[in-house]
Amino acid sequence: MRPFSFHRPATPDEAIALFEAIGEGARFVAGGTTLFDLMKLDIERPRHLIDVGAIRGLDGIDADGDTLRIGALATMAAVAAHPAVLRDFPVLSESLARAASPQLRNMASVGGNLLQRTRCPYFRNGVGGAYPCNKREPGSGCAAVEGLDRGQAVLGTSAACNAVSPGDWPVALVAMDALVELRGPLGQRLLPVEEFYRLPGDTPHEEFTLRPGEMIAAVVVPKVAAGRASTYHKIRDRESFSFALASAAVALDMEGGRVRRARIALGGVATKPWRAREAERLLAGMNLDVETALDAGRAAFADARPGRHNAFKPELGARVVADALLIAVERSRA
Amino acid sequence: MLPDDDAHDALGPEMRDRCLAITRRDTLKGGTAGALALALAGAPAPAAGEPSAAAHPMPVNGERLPIRTSVNGRPVAAEIDTRTSLLDFLRERLDLTGTKKGCDHGQCGACTVHLDGQRVVSCLTLAAKAEGRAVVTIEGVSDGDTLHPMQQAFIDHDALQCGYCTPGQIMAAIACVREGHTGSRDEIREYMSGNICRCGAYVGIVAAIEDAAARMERI
Repeated sequence: MRPFSFHRPATPDEAIALFEAIGEGARFVAGGTTLFDLMKLDIERPRHLIDVGAIRGLDGIDADGDTLRIGALATMAAVAAHPAVLRDFPVLSESLARAASPQLRNMASVGGNLLQRTRCPYFRNGVGGAYPCNKREPGSGCAAVEGLDRGQAVLGTSAACNAVSPGDWPVALVAMDALVELRGPLGQRLLPVEEFYRLPGDTPHEEFTLRPGEMIAAVVVPKVAAGRASTYHKIRDRESFSFALASAAVALDMEGGRVRRARIALGGVATKPWRAREAERLLAGMNLDVETALDAGRAAFADARPGRHNAFKPELGARVVADALLIAVERSRA
Repeated sequence: MLPDDDAHDALGPEMRDRCLAITRRDTLKGGTAGALALALAGAPAPAAGEPSAAAHPMPVNGERLPIRTSVNGRPVAAEIDTRTSLLDFLRERLDLTGTKKGCDHGQCGACTVHLDGQRVVSCLTLAAKAEGRAVVTIEGVSDGDTLHPMQQAFIDHDALQCGYCTPGQIMAAIACVREGHTGSRDEIREYMSGNICRCGAYVGIVAAIEDAAARMERI
């Protein structure tokens, strides 16, 4: 691992000022579960780590207003188990509880989680020239396109990259129209989580719309009744502690047995947390049963472009969406 | 090169005799001590009045960082290379080798310790982040010679074969009970999924946790 200096600012302002003073090579670190891991693999090469993990007052969970406001340093475990999150947003709680392991959920922050990087095996294992990767070495090519692509994305891909966006939490947040609160040298701004992520296009190494020196301060979720009729459904190669092959975050606003509005987002199948708006439109005004749920699931994958070994993903994904919708509609009756 | 146990029979009689006189473990320990003696010779002595310096100062060839933490209830002050994981700090600096290195990437759970009472994987914890916090390792859970109920339960239920994952399993299991995630066997399996056992002793592990959970509640 390459050497780096380690800094412990006491406040967000101090952290941002430090970042500006250091300039190139500076990185914020919170739990470190992604960053330290990728530093060991020589994929991430920061020269200066600014540890924001010990900053006080950034881990609160405030459920009293008309939004749910979660400090960026709250751990995945703390948010997953919070009574208000469990009651008002099962989709958020489940997306965290079904991710990683108990140990990692105690370490990882919900702010840092938004910055988790892909698990594409060619990205993680190709350092030193074994495989090209446009995320690791911009312009070097992509070994996953036309390669061993069973786990790769089928939505939002480009000729330069088909790496899956690995997170569960960002998918649930996108379904709930959540915002991320950013603080940086130019002040504070709120950004929809959906706009926090970029499609790979020709520049797969540019993954986030975060500006230099900006840190994630909080996640803000509008409180809506649909939050209670929601679920995060996740299918993996093994029952627990695994990334999604396909997942769906679903929340339903029902009226007299019919769907007024459905929110659907997909994980494990796309290059960014994927909102399935076509499927949502299809369900508006419909009765939700096995048939209409599966129709919506298939609509969510209408634009899917599978590769050599992942042609199973659109159908698996459609069924995951359908099952999620049926779980959510059950919850809407409770 | 050290003779590997598996390669033992392939050695000539003379080499075999030498191998009998000194086990591989002795050889490894001797080698480590030798290397440490070299490291100590060139390292500054800990200042008088320090609560408890690391057992083995190590050469720092990266950026240096002083840290103060607590390990198994004892204060520890040391200067580290910023790149050091908590796992390597415990094993290489403090000689607490009960905590095991499996994958070193947060995927197996063998390195599980408690940080401020919460289970974490020490391989993905920067030692720098232990500053001002309390670390408990497998060496710190027994009460003198009396084993922790979870340790005893692992013995009683034959919850291991090779034993390499066991310290991590026990640290995770103690936390699992404290978190209240032992309501059913399925719940235990879900909340122990961060700890892999390649020998496949899972049936015994789940039984041990069920048993110890009941005993821990009585304490």
